[in-house]
Amino acid sequence: MDLRRLRPVSLVLSVALLSACAGHQSALDPQGPVAERITLFFWIMVSVAGVILALVLVLLVAGQFRGWRQRQHRPLTYIQSRNLVIAAGLVMPVVVLLAFSLSSAATDRVLGKPLPEDALTIEVIGHQWWWEVHYLDNRQNRIVTTANEIHIPVGQPVRLLLKSADVIHSFWVPNLNGKTDLIPGKTNTSWVQADRSGTFRGQCGEFCGLQHARMAFLVEAQPAAEFQAWLDRQKQPAATPADPALARGQEVFLSSQCIMCHSVRGTRAQGRVAPDLTHFGSRQTLAAASVPNSRGHLAGWILNPQSIKPGNFMPPTQLAPDDLSALLDYLHSLR
Amino acid sequence: MTEHERTQVIDSSEETRLLTEVWRSPPGFFGWFTHVNQTSIGKRFIITGFVFFVLGGLLAALMRIQLSAPENNFLPPDLYNQIFTMHGITMMFLFAVPIMEGFAIYIVPLMLGTRDMSFPRLNAFGYYVYLIAGVAMYLALFLGMAPAVGWFAYPPLADARYSPGMGVDFYATVITFMEISALAAAVELIATIFKQRAPGMSLNRMPLFVWAVLVMSFMIVFAMPPLMVGSVMLALDRTVGTHFFIPGAGDPLLWQHLFWFFGHPEVYIILIPALGMISDILTTFTQRPVFGYTALVLSLVAIGFIGFGLWVHHMYTTGMPHLASNFFTAASSMVAIPSGVQIFCWLATLWGTRPRFATPLLYVLGFFFIFVIGGLSGVMVASVPFDTQVHDTYFLVAHFHYVLIGGAVFPLFGGLYYWYPKLTGRLMNETLGKVSFWLTFIGFNLTFFPMHYLGLQGMPRRVYTYLEPLGWGDINLFVSLSAGLLALGFLSSFINIFWSLKRGEPAGDNPWHADSLEWGTSSPPPAYNFRHIPVVIERHPLWEYQEGQDIPVVTGIRSDRRELLVTSLLDAHPQYRAVMPGPSVWPLLLAVAVGIGFGGFMFHNIFPVVGFVLSFIALAGWFWPRELTREVREESS
Ligand code: HEM
Ligand SMILES: [Cu+2]
Repeated sequence: MDLRRLRPVSLVLSVALLSACAGHQSALDPQGPVAERITLFFWIMVSVAGVILALVLVLLVAGQFRGWRQRQHRPLTYIQSRNLVIAAGLVMPVVVLLAFSLSSAATDRVLGKPLPEDALTIEVIGHQWWWEVHYLDNRQNRIVTTANEIHIPVGQPVRLLLKSADVIHSFWVPNLNGKTDLIPGKTNTSWVQADRSGTFRGQCGEFCGLQHARMAFLVEAQPAAEFQAWLDRQKQPAATPADPALARGQEVFLSSQCIMCHSVRGTRAQGRVAPDLTHFGSRQTLAAASVPNSRGHLAGWILNPQSIKPGNFMPPTQLAPDDLSALLDYLHSLR
Repeated sequence: MTEHERTQVIDSSEETRLLTEVWRSPPGFFGWFTHVNQTSIGKRFIITGFVFFVLGGLLAALMRIQLSAPENNFLPPDLYNQIFTMHGITMMFLFAVPIMEGFAIYIVPLMLGTRDMSFPRLNAFGYYVYLIAGVAMYLALFLGMAPAVGWFAYPPLADARYSPGMGVDFYATVITFMEISALAAAVELIATIFKQRAPGMSLNRMPLFVWAVLVMSFMIVFAMPPLMVGSVMLALDRTVGTHFFIPGAGDPLLWQHLFWFFGHPEVYIILIPALGMISDILTTFTQRPVFGYTALVLSLVAIGFIGFGLWVHHMYTTGMPHLASNFFTAASSMVAIPSGVQIFCWLATLWGTRPRFATPLLYVLGFFFIFVIGGLSGVMVASVPFDTQVHDTYFLVAHFHYVLIGGAVFPLFGGLYYWYPKLTGRLMNETLGKVSFWLTFIGFNLTFFPMHYLGLQGMPRRVYTYLEPLGWGDINLFVSLSAGLLALGFLSSFINIFWSLKRGEPAGDNPWHADSLEWGTSSPPPAYNFRHIPVVIERHPLWEYQEGQDIPVVTGIRSDRRELLVTSLLDAHPQYRAVMPGPSVWPLLLAVAVGIGFGGFMFHNIFPVVGFVLSFIALAGWFWPRELTREVREESS
């Protein structure tokens, strides 16, 4: 069966119930083969479930109606009751559940599908409360490191290696695929594929502590060529700024506590416990998709991260206004 | 008119006087701590259970206020996380299971035609353990140190490293402690049901509620130990640095297996007694035997069994091998078969009858609608691929509230309206009852149905806030307002409870013309339940006899001490008389001693030792030979 035939249904429902933001982070608006199959299966299940619910309610109401119209008890005979229970309570569930289990397993095969050896592989490591992302070459070497935003090429399956640095998290982009947990001490695998370009939001799916609510990320699906250009750029270390204003910003960065946790490749900032900032300026959001990556938010974040995401592990930084301004310029120049 | 006076008006014979005297619970404030009669203990469980229901409901209301608008600042994240954790703990551990056990403790001995539970003091002990556990959990909340890891408390998040402070220590110790209470009640219910049925009440003549309680009790006996083991291991990981659940040395998934091996059956532990209530309520309000007694019993047992084979469906996203997961899909959906049998037996019973649409029946009909929806969404989430989309989202929150509230709370309120006369001697107000049913029913569906949609739109559960552009605000506001309606529904039932206590219509012994033995004694029953033990010759004893006609009874059981009749396991032939212990303060003291041992463990390793010594003293007091013991020993020698 083809999901495309069902899409209008889901679209109408989505639009009717929620016009503002349909598709942004929704399992009802699948954009890739895995989510598509799951959604199709969902609609089939809902239809069958609707029929069964209707059957129960009709039996309930009709039975009552009969009793009241006749103005006297007209119960079923023993044989009738027995047949009803056997047919509807035993045979029907067995048949329905058999079909259900088999089609569930068939759908599941899409999730477990083996990917081509040379599929693009991305390693995602969950942290309280942000995402570390590495692109691997086909010898499993990390070639690119970024955080909280994942770029993928449209139309190609992408293998995911999922790990955790602390507690259990779960990787979930509803428009592309269901969740898979990131469990410390274990590597789980999953895959996604986007059939259209666009930005899909993902969010941690397993409660992981204080800021579970603000542990989101973006998946940016781009045409293959565009993606390749992006990847090539990400491979580059950060350029040493020529502009003296930016150089001053870099100086502020390198002389403050930032480098204890963050790294900017090409400088001596080599911290590993917080997001890599090498191409930070090209990201859309801050703090695991909590706020847009604007100058104002960035300033607020550096001065007092707790005001934006209470409980996160970044300490506040005191900076003179000029220093701050230079630092902001520098960070946003890291594209 | 108290029960005491009433009995004397009706029957002033010497026997009644003796029975009253012997089974009386000591009056006064201090006497209160020595009660052991099943009716007092059962009532306490029920009342305490409702108190925790209200507390859990208030926490839910706080969550709904916080979530009613995007990026709301009503609750800070840490407090929100404590609140949803406590809501889960309260509803699952402190409300649902204890209140089901409370109804069982109160009703089952009456249904069986016996005078008390088999171990009255253990019964009282179980209650005090429950009370202490619940109060300790709420103390933690009010001191701002409740656990904030969810009621399933997955390590490593629940490890000392990621959850420092006392919160999870409270969780691990109090939960273990609390399960002592559940186990005590379960063991007792099994013994009572097997050995104290009225003569002639063979197993196949037991009311379906009793069957359900039996299945529930066995499930408790098998499901609670894994949890206790797990939570002790968690407590050890936290307090003395073992590594059961630490990645590398141990395995965090081990906890999930242990937890869900308990946690899944837990849901059925709550559901099954409710199914029993429904069968009995249907019997009464249709005035005909419910169809398919044997099928119903077998399906209760089947649900109990299958309930243990499904725990993995809570773990589909942990990266299990696909084949294994799909096996659990099939196993999980299998529960729908016995559930289907139940539903269609009830439908067959209802067909063509003209039932009395009193409030209890309305709640049962509400159950039909809600539970079927919850069951159907349950089958959906049993599917591995679909579950990966909705696991830990609001779809799941919707699903399990449909099952838990539809499957347990609705029947429970039905049961409350139904048995309230037996508990208090008065009927609850019907008009208010109907109003509260409709408020609850409509409020419930408006609250929880839209959550399915929220989940599919990607809203994860256990988030204290969400961003405005995601567009979840309108629906969440709607849900929160509906939750207000739902709260109003519950509130009106609670008002009804208090109002009817004084002004409700006096009920008489059998206001609904029901069939089972609990209605064969006065409302509320005297402390000794039955003056003479009734004899049962068929499944619906009270329908056998005309109004006013006497039920045949067994005589020869002594009235001058707490005696009851013990019968054989299968067909309830009288076997011997057993003497029950009377009021005692030792159960309370033992509960306190055990509580000190458990609770103190959070603070210092010396406390388990102290607790052990104190428990030993309390047990010595409990078992100290008494006049009665000597008397019995002489008699039997
Ligand atoms: C009074 C009506 C109720 C309302 C409005 C309500 C609402 C909620 C809400 C908003 C959540 C939090 C969802 C999240 O953030 O993940 C929740 C969780 C939960 N509820 Fe309820 N609830 C109600 C009654 C019940 C009842 C009667 C039970 C059980 C018998 C129950 C069991 C649970 C459980 C187990 C959780 C999960 C807690 C956790 O994630 O640790 N609730 N409820
Ligand atoms: Cu997370």
